[in-house]
Amino acid sequence: MGWSDRGRALLLSALVLGVFLAAWHLATRGTGGAEGLDPAYAALMGAQVTEGASAMPGPLDVAAELWRHVTDPFYDAGPNDKGIGIQLAYSIGRVLLGYGMAVIVAIPLGFLIGMSPLVSRALDPFIQIMKPISPLAWMPLALYTIRDSNASAVFVIFICAVWPMLVNTAFGVATVRREWLNVARTLEIPAWKRALTVVLPAAAPTILTGMRISIGIAWLVIVAAEMLVGGTGIGYFVWNEWNNLSIVNVIVAILFIGVVGMVLDQLLAAAARLVTFPE
Amino acid sequence: MVGNILRAAAAPSVPPAPAIEPAQRLISIEGIARRYRQKHTGEVTVFEDLWLGIDQGEFVCIIGHSGCGKTTVLNILAGLDRPDEGVVIVDGREVDGPSLDRAVIFQGHALLPWLTVLGNVAYAVAARNRSWSKAKVREHARRFIELVGLSGAERKRPAELSGGMKQRVGIARALAIEPKTMLMDEPFSALDALTRGTLQDEVRRICLTTDQTVMMITHDVDEAIYLADKIVLMTNGPGARIAEVVRNTLPRERDRNQMHRLPGYYAIRNHLMDFLVSRSATFGDELAAGRAWSARSVPVVEPGREDAARQPPRGRQPLEPKQLAPR
Repeated sequence: MGWSDRGRALLLSALVLGVFLAAWHLATRGTGGAEGLDPAYAALMGAQVTEGASAMPGPLDVAAELWRHVTDPFYDAGPNDKGIGIQLAYSIGRVLLGYGMAVIVAIPLGFLIGMSPLVSRALDPFIQIMKPISPLAWMPLALYTIRDSNASAVFVIFICAVWPMLVNTAFGVATVRREWLNVARTLEIPAWKRALTVVLPAAAPTILTGMRISIGIAWLVIVAAEMLVGGTGIGYFVWNEWNNLSIVNVIVAILFIGVVGMVLDQLLAAAARLVTFPE
Repeated sequence: MVGNILRAAAAPSVPPAPAIEPAQRLISIEGIARRYRQKHTGEVTVFEDLWLGIDQGEFVCIIGHSGCGKTTVLNILAGLDRPDEGVVIVDGREVDGPSLDRAVIFQGHALLPWLTVLGNVAYAVAARNRSWSKAKVREHARRFIELVGLSGAERKRPAELSGGMKQRVGIARALAIEPKTMLMDEPFSALDALTRGTLQDEVRRICLTTDQTVMMITHDVDEAIYLADKIVLMTNGPGARIAEVVRNTLPRERDRNQMHRLPGYYAIRNHLMDFLVSRSATFGDELAAGRAWSARSVPVVEPGREDAARQPPRGRQPLEPKQLAPR
């Protein structure tokens, strides 16, 4: 014994990763070349034919490429050749801009909906219809009306991030315990101050949950949005490398997308822990 | 010391209403009713035509079964709810909303869980004294936390406290705003017997030393006898009314553990139990049988008085009567 649960979980994780990498390596390694090919033909066809290698890059190729990106993330060699750090920065910038706008709209509006049954009932049909629309369906409309691809991507992020925050804020505000509000009322605390000192802290955990869902969706959508609008961003990078048939770069980009998404999620999880209170 | 603080703050900011009666009438419930509409049965009257006066410094308990509208009466007094008919006059003014002069101690303590003990009490103090500095607010809050015996727990959050400690914080929060009246909705019902006893002692001590006017809802007959000067008996709802007011004739200096030896104790207790067990349901029949009763001046009875007169001063202890717990 002597292994903590955490240690054992870590060991198992490492084992899963090891098995996966080994299987990946075995599945994609070269199987020895076909002999006696015309050298000109071999040069034309590449390793796939000459060495029996898979078109899929192996883990070692990806590791080498990953290392190249990590050591030099911010180079800029023209529109189609920028470092992955720059591309990620574009994407994160768009997400934060659209997400920030969504926060500014969704939280006050959610407060209003949560506090007023009238507004809640009046806006409910619109929210119910708008919520299930894929954010990318807005893209043509955004491109036509905004006439700027970059702003359209930001708009798409905004529209996808707004709903979970709006719905969660309204729910959190509407379900604040009545007795807490009554405490504030008996203390003659004015309504606006009640909203700040009772409703906001009471609803904060629910609001943060909505914000966490939203940032996840925003990060999912930005990749797709950038594939459409092009130019910059990690989504564009993936699509561009696909057009270059550089699968190794696509895999590297996927890894980066995963890591950034996890970091964004964990940041909001930490913020949620700060405002959560035990009852 | 606290008594002085409370009395100083209780100095009315508005000119006092002309004294109608020799005892300073502080609260006057005048013909309030609560009705609501139901789909099939039409209008349901929870209670109607309730009249009750509470004097300055009086401790009044309301007892009655669930559903008779006790909590609604308390909420109307607090200004959290409105009657469908009638008015409540407090200090010469009609109640039209919650007021800092009427502190409420809620049944479920209702502490804000994201604030510490000090934060919860200070929140109320700052609401009462808006111009005070942060340091002064904290200092004042600390004094009342000390008063309920929670010194050292200021930095704790409600989730870290036991049920009794939470309710103490609720009491400290109510006292700290130095109200003219305290309204308590079954404040001790969720506590174990031992904690309940200690808190009853403390509430009684604090209310006596500060001359606090209190209205409290309870299910516990002994709690009512120990704490109250007047016990208001409400009949069962719907259509609940105040059947009687029992004046507590036990001496003001009474000890919770020795109370049952006092002359008159069992007479009061039996009267209350009889009411809860049977009369609360059959009071309508009493009226139909021609009992003199008026909603506007409910009869005040003193079951303890006759008993005390009948009993020799140091006679044998009365036998424990058979009792049914009203559940």
